[in-house]
Amino acid sequence: MSNVLALIEVSHRGGIAASARGLLAAAATLGSPVAVVVSAGPLADDDVARLGELGAARIYSAASAAAGAVLVSPAVDALSGAVDAYEPAAVLTANSVDGREAAARLAVRVGGSVLADVVQVRSDNGTVLARHSVFGGAYTVDSAVEGALPILTIRQGAIEGQAPAATPEVSTVSLEAGTGGTAVVEQFNDDAAISGRPELRTATTVVSGGRGLGSSENFALVEQLADTLGAAVGASRAAVDAGYIAQTAQVGQTGVSVSPQLYIALGISGAIQHRAGMQTAKTIVAINKDEDAPIFEVADFGIVGDVFTVVPKLIEAVKARSN
Amino acid sequence: MKIVVLVKQVPDTAEERKLDPETGQLDRGAADSVVDEINERALEAALRIKDANKGTEVVAMTMGPDDAAQALRKTLSMGADSAVHIVDDSLSGADTGRTAATLAAALRSTGFDVVMAGNESTDGRAGVVPAMIAEHLQLPLLGSLISAEIADDGVRGVRQGEDGTLNVRAGLPAILTVTERFPEARFPNFKGILTAKRKPVTTLTVAELGVPAGQSRTVVLSVAERPPRAAGRKVIDDGTAANELAEFLVANRLV
Ligand SMILES: Cc1cc2nc3c(=O)[nH]c(=O)nc-3n(C[C@H](O)[C@H](O)[C@H](O)COP(=O)(O)OP(=O)(O)OC[C@H]3O[C@@H](n4cnc5c(N)ncnc54)[C@H](O)[C@@H]3O)c2cc1C
Ligand SMILES: Nc1ncnc2c1ncn2[C@@H]1O[C@H](COP(=O)(O)O)[C@@H](O)[C@H]1O
Repeated sequence: MSNVLALIEVSHRGGIAASARGLLAAAATLGSPVAVVVSAGPLADDDVARLGELGAARIYSAASAAAGAVLVSPAVDALSGAVDAYEPAAVLTANSVDGREAAARLAVRVGGSVLADVVQVRSDNGTVLARHSVFGGAYTVDSAVEGALPILTIRQGAIEGQAPAATPEVSTVSLEAGTGGTAVVEQFNDDAAISGRPELRTATTVVSGGRGLGSSENFALVEQLADTLGAAVGASRAAVDAGYIAQTAQVGQTGVSVSPQLYIALGISGAIQHRAGMQTAKTIVAINKDEDAPIFEVADFGIVGDVFTVVPKLIEAVKARSN
Repeated sequence: MKIVVLVKQVPDTAEERKLDPETGQLDRGAADSVVDEINERALEAALRIKDANKGTEVVAMTMGPDDAAQALRKTLSMGADSAVHIVDDSLSGADTGRTAATLAAALRSTGFDVVMAGNESTDGRAGVVPAMIAEHLQLPLLGSLISAEIADDGVRGVRQGEDGTLNVRAGLPAILTVTERFPEARFPNFKGILTAKRKPVTTLTVAELGVPAGQSRTVVLSVAERPPRAAGRKVIDDGTAANELAEFLVANRLV
């Protein structure tokens, strides 16, 4: 079976990134998964065990003094070393900030081609096929690479399931310091303590708030409904621009794309750019006081009403029914 | 300082965008073409440096069909000094690899201290072209910045990472990409629109750039359109809508 490389990101605080599960699951559908990991020191036993659980048959562990101190270049050096060592059928990275820069540079360095923002992978007689969800899910496009190494960036949260666990064989290499052209990391500024809520990209229920919430104090209403439903919190760009919530919560064209079982839009008009990030949800609920708001065109259940009167009642009604 | 801003003409995200079901390529007739908003923000950042320091030269560069000249005209009316248009029939349907190789060659011949681009385009959403260019030119990339300070001795910026932000820096020349946390762009004023007509636009072909004529290696195999969503039930709240919604959620096993 051919090897498939997966670039595993490690947080600067330590710990395998959440994207690893989907990457190794996708790699396992295409061949034998090889996890490529860069770290400053030797890879921790816990990390090896975790990657085995997630299906890595092999681990290419690259130790580099530059890990965490130089942007992306160590990952590209590690990947190109692994391409030489394993002659893979494909290389997968997360469609993350670091992952796509690494994929892009690798493509130029080793003569590969990038298939970007992939939501599903499949192998057809040895050809790697990638599926994309384009223009907010309006189109499904299948693509492939001809005559070069396919390098796929995988949309985070899009791949379900987990590869069968394996006992990885670890090879350790040490990377030379890269030459010229590097960007230096001076400092990490961590996000405030992560809430106990589910992750936006993979949550089964998402409650989002828009400009209609009016202030960051009022935005707490969105969080209360989310917590009642065990949901993740999302937002429109207008809510992010107004400072009600962090940019990482933005759903839409230039934010996160979500496909939950249930999406609830509160005080969101439903501009086409917002719909581009949520219209593939199974069920859409909207509460908006403007009966002509475009969000109602895609809502399975719409309430024309004021969020400040409807949502508190909804929270009570849901609590009453779940008791 | 010479700053080249990479701008892409894209279908307006405010309209319904379409793909040609046969080729998988963009249906250019379906929606109006505009300068991608993220590139306007990148241009705005460059123009603010020019506002503060008159010695700054701002060049807008695009690779695209004849019609992309309109996008360049807009950047000139906003305040760019000149523009470069790479236009060649052989580039139709170019993938990200070919696009980046072509832009890298054009950047090499145009010259620059700083290249500014968008973190991702709204049509391709690939977010890979600037990093590919950086690799071709062996340059540092400060990608996905939410703010930047560009000076003669280097660039510093704040990068939006996956679980927080990072303070990053690089020497010049360098490439940086901006996110939509950068300020919105200015509108062209009357004087800008008039003077834009007199500003130089250089056109370049693939042969002039000496980029190998190779085909793009990514191929679209199939395109399927998803049926549009239908609107469901809409109730006007008379005090009972919340209860009705709770029942709907329970009946559909969504809570
Ligand atoms: C290139 C580009 C990319 C973009 N990307 C995104 C993106 O990723 N995500 C995104 O969301 N947007 C995006 N936008 C912006 C988008 O066009 C809209 O401006 C934005 O989605 C509007 O947010 P909103 O619905 O919260 O605000 P508004 O459009 O102002 O709507 C607020 C709504 O709240 C309702 N309301 C007010 N008070 C109440 C109340 N008390 N109770 C109930 N309802 C109330 C109003 O009736 C109104 O419908 C993008 C735009 C561009 C040009
Ligand atoms: N054809 C092009 N012409 C000029 N710049 C481009 C082109 N394609 C991509 N870019 C630049 O690269 C950025 C990211 O694009 P992409 O990698 O396609 O998502 C864009 O915001 C532009 O700044």
